[in-house]
Amino acid sequence: MTAPITVLGAGHAAVTLARELRKLDAETPLRIITADDGAYYYKPDLSKALAAGKDADGLIKQSPDQLREQLNAEVLTQTPVTRIAPDEHAVYAGDTRYDYSRLVLALGAEAIRPPFPGDAAARVHTANHRSDYAKFRAALQPGARVLIVGAGLIGCEFANDLAAAGYAVTVADIAGWPLPRLLPEVQGRALQAGLEQIGVQWKLENGVQSLNLSGDAIRAEFGDGSGAEFDTVLSAVGLRPHTALARDAGLECALGIVVDAHLQTSAPDIYAIGDCAQIGGRLLPYILPIAHAARALAPTLTGTATPAKLPAMPVIVKTPACPTLVSAPADVPGAWEVSGEAPDLEALYKDENGNPIGFALTGKATAKRAQYAAQMPPVFDPAA
Amino acid sequence: MQYKKWRCLICDYVYDEELGAPDDGIPPGTRWEDVPDSWTCPDCGASKDDFQMEEI
Ligand SMILES: Cc1cc2nc3c(=O)[nH]c(=O)nc-3n(C[C@H](O)[C@H](O)[C@H](O)COP(=O)(O)OP(=O)(O)OC[C@H]3O[C@@H](n4cnc5c(N)ncnc54)[C@H](O)[C@@H]3O)c2cc1C
Ligand SMILES: [Zn+2]
Repeated sequence: MTAPITVLGAGHAAVTLARELRKLDAETPLRIITADDGAYYYKPDLSKALAAGKDADGLIKQSPDQLREQLNAEVLTQTPVTRIAPDEHAVYAGDTRYDYSRLVLALGAEAIRPPFPGDAAARVHTANHRSDYAKFRAALQPGARVLIVGAGLIGCEFANDLAAAGYAVTVADIAGWPLPRLLPEVQGRALQAGLEQIGVQWKLENGVQSLNLSGDAIRAEFGDGSGAEFDTVLSAVGLRPHTALARDAGLECALGIVVDAHLQTSAPDIYAIGDCAQIGGRLLPYILPIAHAARALAPTLTGTATPAKLPAMPVIVKTPACPTLVSAPADVPGAWEVSGEAPDLEALYKDENGNPIGFALTGKATAKRAQYAAQMPPVFDPAA
Repeated sequence: MQYKKWRCLICDYVYDEELGAPDDGIPPGTRWEDVPDSWTCPDCGASKDDFQMEEI
């Protein structure tokens, strides 16, 4: 019996890949091994679930049994893989060995947990998984004062969702405006103002210095010397791709697990996709790149080597208080050109040669997505 | 004939025939069967066969 195509992880990347695979090949044995409960959900829903009144179970789209049936796959849940052995064409979960024909790493990323000084660090929540959301939601008392650390995409989305659900939200960040890496200042200010209008308070240019218990509350000290009390703290300072397993197995890793145009890692028959992977020098921790990558990887796994070509893939920031859409430029020198009137602003990022390589739209300008997207170079082009 | 709506089973995006998907070059009023098979969900990238008709 041949060993199955094996996928580590059961998140959006793993499931999208498995679905694409089954469109091409209904029968080749497929095994999915995941550390979590294997219930499939759509992760972007996490940051709009509170206002929608959904608990963690309400976000489940497919149970493991439904996945087994729809994907004609073996799905091993609560099975954290502890070692990849490329020489043996096998992975291990503790002492149990699982042989693979081809292996796909869809391990995702972990929320970074900054080491906050103080005795309340253990009360800090993150929100990168459905299980995190379950704990966070359970900790929220009606009308709670919530401190969000980090004004990035996930921090801003939760700020909007929490405020819309009636919580008192403060967002702290050492940056001067929200989404500092994705928006020029004027647009960041528009987003800031939009969220302010629904009650969000800001502590910008302010790091959280310490978090200490104060009765049932948590007292935060900020960089400017001020302090305030909160009931719940959510850390949204960023994600770190899950590279440890790959690194230990000798696979090339940088920011993430390094893959080539065929999504192959530095080891034969091992591929990576989703938040754990790095392609063309970049992490692309979003939904649309997964769809494009899966459509290339599925035929590659079934015998037709197909390079991934990734177009520009704008991301909608789920902040209805100020609609925002970003197509992040690569990390190269350049400058934003902004036009329009707040909050309806359009910004184009041009590199030093004047080529447009990124854009951001806020307010009514978000309607111009297609027009801007058409000017963008591909994010990854195997021919280049 | 009444316009219909189709929901993406992955991300819940709704394709409304009345509105079309002008960003993707699909004009308002385009029936689902006339949306090209190569069209994908603008939010999650799922293909047309991952959509289901929504009862109204
Ligand atoms: C709150 C939030 C909102 C977001 N909103 C958007 C959005 O609006 N648009 C957008 O484009 N993107 C958004 N994103 C990003 C997007 O959701 C992710 O890029 C995508 O879901 C990543 O999928 P993944 O399968 O790579 O990772 P994950 O879903 O994290 O899956 C990783 C899997 O690996 C498993 N695993 C880990 N370690 C092991 C191990 N040792 N053994 C076995 N299994 C293991 C885990 O159990 C899990 O099943 C959002 C992210 C968050 C957190
Ligand atoms: Zn969709």
